[in-house]
Amino acid sequence: MADTKTTDAFVVFDRVQKSYDGETLVVKDLNLSMPKGEFLTMLGPSGSGKTTCLMMLAGFETATHGEILLDGRPINNIPPHKRGIGMVFQNYALFPHMSVAENLSFPLEVRGMDKTVREAKITRALDMVQMGQFANRRPAQLSGGQQQRIALARALVFEPELVLMDEPLGALDKQLREHMQFEITRLAHDLGITVVYVTHDQTEALTMSDRVAVFNDGRIQQLAPPASLYEAPQNSFVAQFIGENNTMEGIVTEISGDKCVVKLDDGELIDAKPVNVSKVGERTRVSIRPERVEMNKSRLQPGAHTLKATVREFIYMGDIFRTRLSVAGNDNFIIKTRNAPDAVRLEPGAEIEIGWLPQDCRALDA
Amino acid sequence: MKLKTALLATALSSAAFAAQAAELTVMSWGGAYEASQIEAYNKPFAAMKGVTVNMVAADNPGTPIAAMVEANNVTIDVADVELSDAVRLCDEGKLEVIDHAALPAGVDGTPAADDFVAGALASECAVANIVWSTVVSYDSSKVTGVTSIADFFDTAKFPGKRGLRKSAKANLEMALMADGVPAAEVYSLLETEEGVARAFAKLDTIKADVVWWEAGAQPPQLLADGEVVMTTGYNGRIFNAAIGEGKPFTILWDGQIMDFDLFVIPKGAPNKDLAMEYVAFATDSQRLADQAKYISYGPARKSSAPLVGLYQDGKTEMAPHMPTSPEALKNALTNDFEFWADRDVELSEKFNAWLLK
Amino acid sequence: MSDTILRTADGKPLKAALMRASAVARRRAFMLVLPLLAFVLITFVVPIGQMLSRSVTNDAFSANMPSVVAWFAANPEGTEPDEAAYAALVVDLVNAANARTIGTVATRINYDVSGTRSLFTSTGRKAKNMEAPFKDAVLAADEEWGDKVVWAAMRNASAAVTTTFYQAATDRKLTDEGVYAKAPEDLRVYLTLFWRTFVLSGAVTLLCLILGFPVAHLLARLPMRISSLLMILVLLPFWTSLLVRTTSWMVLLQEQGILNNMLVYLGILEDNGRLALMYNQTGTIIAMTHILLPFMILPLYSVMKTIPITYTRAARSLGATSWTTFRRIYVPQTIPGIGAGGILVFILAVGYYITPALVGGATGTLISNQIAFHMQDSLNWSLAAALAAMLLAAVLALYWVYDRLVGIDNMKLG
Ligand SMILES: Nc1ncnc2c1ncn2[C@@H]1O[C@H](COP(=O)(O)OP(=O)(O)O)[C@@H](O)[C@H]1O
Ligand SMILES: [Mg+2]
Repeated sequence: MADTKTTDAFVVFDRVQKSYDGETLVVKDLNLSMPKGEFLTMLGPSGSGKTTCLMMLAGFETATHGEILLDGRPINNIPPHKRGIGMVFQNYALFPHMSVAENLSFPLEVRGMDKTVREAKITRALDMVQMGQFANRRPAQLSGGQQQRIALARALVFEPELVLMDEPLGALDKQLREHMQFEITRLAHDLGITVVYVTHDQTEALTMSDRVAVFNDGRIQQLAPPASLYEAPQNSFVAQFIGENNTMEGIVTEISGDKCVVKLDDGELIDAKPVNVSKVGERTRVSIRPERVEMNKSRLQPGAHTLKATVREFIYMGDIFRTRLSVAGNDNFIIKTRNAPDAVRLEPGAEIEIGWLPQDCRALDA
Repeated sequence: MKLKTALLATALSSAAFAAQAAELTVMSWGGAYEASQIEAYNKPFAAMKGVTVNMVAADNPGTPIAAMVEANNVTIDVADVELSDAVRLCDEGKLEVIDHAALPAGVDGTPAADDFVAGALASECAVANIVWSTVVSYDSSKVTGVTSIADFFDTAKFPGKRGLRKSAKANLEMALMADGVPAAEVYSLLETEEGVARAFAKLDTIKADVVWWEAGAQPPQLLADGEVVMTTGYNGRIFNAAIGEGKPFTILWDGQIMDFDLFVIPKGAPNKDLAMEYVAFATDSQRLADQAKYISYGPARKSSAPLVGLYQDGKTEMAPHMPTSPEALKNALTNDFEFWADRDVELSEKFNAWLLK
Repeated sequence: MSDTILRTADGKPLKAALMRASAVARRRAFMLVLPLLAFVLITFVVPIGQMLSRSVTNDAFSANMPSVVAWFAANPEGTEPDEAAYAALVVDLVNAANARTIGTVATRINYDVSGTRSLFTSTGRKAKNMEAPFKDAVLAADEEWGDKVVWAAMRNASAAVTTTFYQAATDRKLTDEGVYAKAPEDLRVYLTLFWRTFVLSGAVTLLCLILGFPVAHLLARLPMRISSLLMILVLLPFWTSLLVRTTSWMVLLQEQGILNNMLVYLGILEDNGRLALMYNQTGTIIAMTHILLPFMILPLYSVMKTIPITYTRAARSLGATSWTTFRRIYVPQTIPGIGAGGILVFILAVGYYITPALVGGATGTLISNQIAFHMQDSLNWSLAAALAAMLLAAVLALYWVYDRLVGIDNMKLG
């Protein structure tokens, strides 16, 4: 876990627990520390406690146990309007009875700013999201994407240091979403703000964030930069949740250093890298990315274990080929190959042999 | 479609009409008063004629029957109304004329015309059955020594709230009598601006202490709840609460205002002939005396007085509780229906304006 | 030119084909609303039309006194009634007395000139024995017949269509000169009552809003399980009859009632310093507020239910205190509910008469009590209709103002 006592930490969750009903913990022992300027994404399935964490940080829910620090100060007793945190909601929460300009003016008015100052800031914020000409519209007269931009502008107009976004792009179509992902990261970077971003979309998380906190069952399963999250999942939940992944179960039969041999349930032996296993006889679930499976024996280490596989389905996807195999009793074993000039197109029914580098096959918790 | 509905409605109503043929429908005021009429008139009449007599209750039967005649849809054969309504409806041609000569002579042989008390046959469309009165009554467990109508307006001597009916009628007369005007001069004085002003001035003296009532059932209730210590009310209602229910209420006869209730037959009554028979039967000496057994309203025939016996409890002598008893008549006023027919509109408006001040 | 008309595949004009195709659907739609249409027509439009027409027509005089009416028609206003006029009067009085319509005639004139009822009925009885010269004979019977105002009232009543009742409803009376003028102070009732009705109804509406708003808010925010339970409490008053509720208030509020007894028992009040909570405006306001409260809560609730909590949160995160958030974000969004509830309560309050009659005493009664009085007691239906029409007009005016200020389509009833 990250060191929660780092002095330059801007936002700190220290052993935070949350229960709504006094019977079940929605957030269990949350520890998190993020430096100023970081873009951190909370990623996890629905109901895993992401929004709850965000609401505790914003001040709309109180932690049942533990402490939340903002810029070194505990904020449990600071009311929401004094926290100075910008928020973007999934449904945008633009005030329907106010025009776009009035929506943006609101946070400035409550801060007692002059009209001239306000107008300048509103113009700047609207230009920032390329919505300058919509100042006098009502939210209902805007499209979803436009409303999204206004919501963003409103959260930024009073120049908060921390901005929270709860699935802000959830209601947009794919193309717009990708565009906005880019816009948001650009703005966050340009303005140097700290962002806590919540999503259940892993692509979004991987493309936008400095670090991603994978949530499940009220806990952070792994907190890491996108690359290591993908490359080096710490447990089988993360492995399965992030990206595509083949899994097989078995028992560890040999272990030495960063190599081990696993005996799969149907008796086959494979090489793997021990991540969550420590001794012989332990049950494990091995995980290997489809693009790391090798069909060309010459690229494997000598003496490496290989497995027999039957091709079930071949799918042409343009840039890649996606082939479904039956391997060691698993009929859903996927491999991906690049559409290179020398790539082989496998026919269903063909028998092949597959293998991998031991470090690409991670032996995780069962 | 409209035609069909109309036909259906006609068919239904004529069926109802046919079924009603052997019945007589009487409309009265509900409550103890109506009950007394059922016992004294309806049951013996039904037994004698072999017909069914239905009783229907209304707040003031004069109003619905006027509406029925106006709408040409009369379902009531006989109605019990106040004198002013009887006169007014008769003037407006909404009532059948009743042949007063056909009314039976009294038990002592006196012809009907002489047997009825003065004014009881004043309208050719109506026959009076009872004399009732608006009286002051008080809770004798809270006030004692009330002797005259003037005491009702004397809140210094008899502190406590007063109940008054929310209308000009009766209040103005009582105010003048309390101010020392003899009963006989009340209405002629009220014809003048000064007289009306004097009555309102007297009412002004207790205005702040008044709880206004509208329904006849309220005065005994207000007394019982302790909301008022003295109130005007209808003597029969007060009697029922006092003698019937044992409440400590006493009636002050001084300054009472007497009025008649009368039987009338609305124009176009479905069973007019039977209705005529009913009215003659119900207003004979014995029937009127019988009714007094159940409620303390005085019979409208002189010959009934000696026949009045005990209250239904079997021990209370009814005669002294009648508004027509010699004791009660010492300082009594008879309601002048013509005065009210003339002045009701104006005085009601004045009264309402006075209330608003 | 005809080539430009769009045609269907078999060559018929497209428009006509469309009309034919949709005619069936339209006919069916019409048949579906027909019962309601008929119902509304019979039970609402027709009675209101009747009410309006009754408020301006009364033919009691004109239909029954044809000769006098003819004399008025032949002689311009201001003509002294001559022998011919009196002769016509006697003819009409005799006929009216025989036909038993004299009471109707008298009642009509009595509306304008108090004390003339018996003038007609008593002269009517004597008229059949009168001989020429009729003027002397009539004046001998009752010299009041010489009064200008009686003749002015008769001229006025000789037209079936009249403004008399609207004049009366606005506290204007026929003067001796035969014109309408403001009534003497001690006869002015209705305008004061209209004003009081609106003030009191406004007070009730405001009170309902103040009391209902937090309740509706709570109902909208609580979990469904608890809020449906509370909703039952809110609706409870609907399940008891109006009369029962009103009399319960009487038991509670009267001077010897539960509330006063409790306050005296607790030593907060002296025994002789009991509060007058009933038989005055206080009583009317308390009881009506209770009775009408659900009509405020329900529309408010239904609007608040649709306001997501995220608006409040957004405002708070933007730096607004909870009060600012309430004032600037929450309340503006509840305006459709406030408008609907307010109009509903106000209009119901304006029309209530049972409750004010029972608990209102002298100062707590409303214009509708006067309307009821003229419907049920004085039987002056035309005046009742005029008052009701004015009330209706006031309510419609209110709608108009509301539409101007808030917009009627911005109203949400449920
Ligand atoms: N206000 C609340 N009251 C009770 N339970 C809640 C409340 N908000 C969320 N929960 C529960 O807490 C859990 C986590 O919810 P949430 O934080 O919204 O998850 P996520 O945002 O990851 O989908 C869920 O099981 C949800 O039902
Ligand atoms: Mg969520």
